[in-house]
Amino acid sequence: MPISTGEVLEFLRRAADVLHQNKEYLTELDSAIGDADHGINMDRGFQTILKKLPTVEDKDVGTILKTSGMALVSSVGGAAGPLYGTALMQAGTALAGKYELTAADLVTALDAALTGVMMRGKSKPGEKTMIEALAPAIAAMREALDGGASTQQMLERATAAAEQGMKSTIPMLALKGRASYLGERSIGHQDPGATSSYLLIRLMSEMASKQA
Amino acid sequence: MKKLINKPENVVREELEGLALAYPDIVKIHYEPNFVYRADAPKKGKAAVISGGGSGHEPMHGGFVGVGMLDAACPGEVFTSPTPDQMLEATKMVNGGAGVLHIVKNYSGDIMNFEMAADMARSEGIRVLSIIIDDDVAVKDSLWTQGRRGVGTTVLAEKIVGAASEKGYDLKKLADLCYKVNVNGRSMGMALSSCTVPMAGKPTFALGEDEMEIGIGIHGEPGRKRMKLETADEITEMLAVSIIDDGAYSRKTHLWSEAKSAWEDVEVVSPPLKKGDQVLAFVNGMGGTPAIELAILYRKLHQVCEKKGLKIVRNLIGPYITSLEMQGCSITLLKMDDEMLKLWDAPVKTIGLRWGL
Repeated sequence: MPISTGEVLEFLRRAADVLHQNKEYLTELDSAIGDADHGINMDRGFQTILKKLPTVEDKDVGTILKTSGMALVSSVGGAAGPLYGTALMQAGTALAGKYELTAADLVTALDAALTGVMMRGKSKPGEKTMIEALAPAIAAMREALDGGASTQQMLERATAAAEQGMKSTIPMLALKGRASYLGERSIGHQDPGATSSYLLIRLMSEMASKQA
Repeated sequence: MKKLINKPENVVREELEGLALAYPDIVKIHYEPNFVYRADAPKKGKAAVISGGGSGHEPMHGGFVGVGMLDAACPGEVFTSPTPDQMLEATKMVNGGAGVLHIVKNYSGDIMNFEMAADMARSEGIRVLSIIIDDDVAVKDSLWTQGRRGVGTTVLAEKIVGAASEKGYDLKKLADLCYKVNVNGRSMGMALSSCTVPMAGKPTFALGEDEMEIGIGIHGEPGRKRMKLETADEITEMLAVSIIDDGAYSRKTHLWSEAKSAWEDVEVVSPPLKKGDQVLAFVNGMGGTPAIELAILYRKLHQVCEKKGLKIVRNLIGPYITSLEMQGCSITLLKMDDEMLKLWDAPVKTIGLRWGL
């Protein structure tokens, strides 16, 4: 079932809500192994996206996502700004000119987003970052797509994989970002970036199941 | 905790407005995107120098904008890297036609935002080179981490490189000088307390009455080790010896190559300090530590340097790279040569550092 630009816009609006509701939680996680600003920053970034959405309501998905990505880059700062900003901009580039998305489009776009994150952050799986949630989610989506699953099933499996990836960060030693300065003290704490990534993927799945 | 602020979300904006009103002969402020720039910018023909980072470290970096130091500084939200559009607009504002040097502290956020900004500036025809400051010996190596944080040496680099820019060094010479300062500087910090980010409303971590945190950064985050509180002399000895005994430090840094028109990984080596070296000794307060304590720390630092055969030729004592109201200190030792000494002594007129003018 194709995903419309309306649904993409709705996803961004609800994402702003989800991040606003989880602001304290994400900030708590970032206090343990960071500098206590991830929740605050993501909230500010997505509120900035909300302000930009009226200007792109009639545009293609590519433009909507690129505009949102640039909004994040210019309002979030820190590491999350460039990483999430690049993710959305790369997804937008992959979906340039499209007004309707198939399940395959979704996978292509998220794959482009992940590649962008790994390039910008000079990181890969195993370093206790948002990649721990994103990489397994996209792998699960690709597998589901190749196996002929529905969009809803695909996103459900992505969410399960993202959740497992997020939780797997708890015993991990941080090798990137501010958490890495703590050395072994980073072990035992869930990564805030993996958590915000999981929340966004879970939202996609929730929206898909409402369509069914 | 109690703070002297209005609404937490307006902290950075109101701070900038206050500085603009207080020091109109030294700085001007550009809003949205936010940056502080020297009142007489741009200086035609001058290879300019900018830096930036999260707010909360005042006077760094906005307090170091002016004659003989930075041409501009980009303040992010508290403890959050500034965004590329801030650095891009600041670069354009201070561009005197001879290129701009970006002094970047080694944090993943700062690195990414400054890289994006440098690429954007270059695509608009402005020559930009970047040098990364990574002097914190509390981070052992860069194989298993983000690499050493950029801390105290940043202040010294901004002064020395700023003086060189004022003297007329070209962009390449400025970059080489900044590179030299970085590989000759080493720092380490500790804290008696955390600090409270205004938007978070509570301390980032909690320390007991008899505890201290060793190997902290400047963003209120936990350090490498929590220990029982020791005396000022014991703490100074611990920090100083970590710096002085630090061996040669090797890592790869992502720098722009003009020859290749591309970013490349460059091998950088910091040689260790040795007997007979002349150093600048910088005792820095993290914001919440009184001057009386910094003087006590300096006393011991002087003794340790003497014992280890290092000659202190200059010093800097005070809160210059802070972490809001954190109680604690950091020590930086910078090996000096004649060129660096002359540039350190050169006149400077900024909000945070002023002599000779």
